[in-house]
Amino acid sequence: MEITEGAVLETLPGIVLATGESALYQTGDKVRVLTRKPIGHYRVPIYLRGKSGVVQSVIKPALDNEAEGFGRNAGRERHYYRITVSMAALWVGYAGAPGDALLIEVFETWLERI
Amino acid sequence: MTSEVEHAAHDHASAIPHAHTHEDAAETPGYFEIMEISVRELLIERQLITEAEIHRQIDVLDSRTPALGAKIIARAWVDADFRGRLRADGRKTCEELGITFYDNTRLIVLENTEKVHNLVVCTLCSCYPRPILGLPPEWYKLKPYRARAVSEPRKVLAEFGTIIPDDVEVRVTDSTSILRFLVLPRRPPGTDHYTEEQLAGLVTRDAMIGVATIAAPISEQNP
Repeated sequence: MEITEGAVLETLPGIVLATGESALYQTGDKVRVLTRKPIGHYRVPIYLRGKSGVVQSVIKPALDNEAEGFGRNAGRERHYYRITVSMAALWVGYAGAPGDALLIEVFETWLERI
Repeated sequence: MTSEVEHAAHDHASAIPHAHTHEDAAETPGYFEIMEISVRELLIERQLITEAEIHRQIDVLDSRTPALGAKIIARAWVDADFRGRLRADGRKTCEELGITFYDNTRLIVLENTEKVHNLVVCTLCSCYPRPILGLPPEWYKLKPYRARAVSEPRKVLAEFGTIIPDDVEVRVTDSTSILRFLVLPRRPPGTDHYTEEQLAGLVTRDAMIGVATIAAPISEQNP
């Protein structure tokens, strides 16, 4: 299996987690990539927006590239998720085997649960 | 290059006081080269970076070549325990071998099997496992590869001479941010008696990107 660096944290009663400390999604969760059009730096290719996939592995928190592009770093760490998207779901008339897939890491703020 | 960029390059070049003759036209720096030189000189002039830092970084890059990746792959072929650790934590396991990750990226090793063939691309720019492979090949950075590797990977692979049977899944990894990827190719048949060094000699850069597989050595194909 691939690395899974982050996890949904289990805490003692009364412990309050900071934003981004606990992963929002786990391996196997179904997610959709949001359709957003931010101005500036982003790391989500346009072909992926609005597409659905499954979380393959959870990557430990890193800085939000979009915020970092404007020098806003503090409190901007969230998990990355490596997700699997079927090629047939990405491209109309995809010519290849049914099992062919795309894998890509997506920042937490770009995903929603489905 | 788009015509717009060419136009901009021409305008910029013509603004240089010393007009170039046709003979040295090939020596004229391109648009992006002029931009790179200008930004670099400005950064040095403003004392934000130094010449020494630039030279140091060039030395760092020059010390990384596909030979490092080949060493990792050969070790993974002969040592199952190493392969397991490499799959679990690529960066840490490479660091054990004495290869540093100067760009603070993480490494995922994608193992090719009888049922899965992996291919790596960066559609947004040119993310590449430089700490272990050095600079990416030119085609890896160009738009045709970047666009087609995610939309018609089997055709791209065929153009590299790599035919993947339909019962083998093609998994394309688009590298977008903090992760880097190394394909662990399948060990070619007929190499059971090879030493680790001999195996490393068979591993190619293209196989570690996933556009190629590693053929059995010719002497093994036609004994």
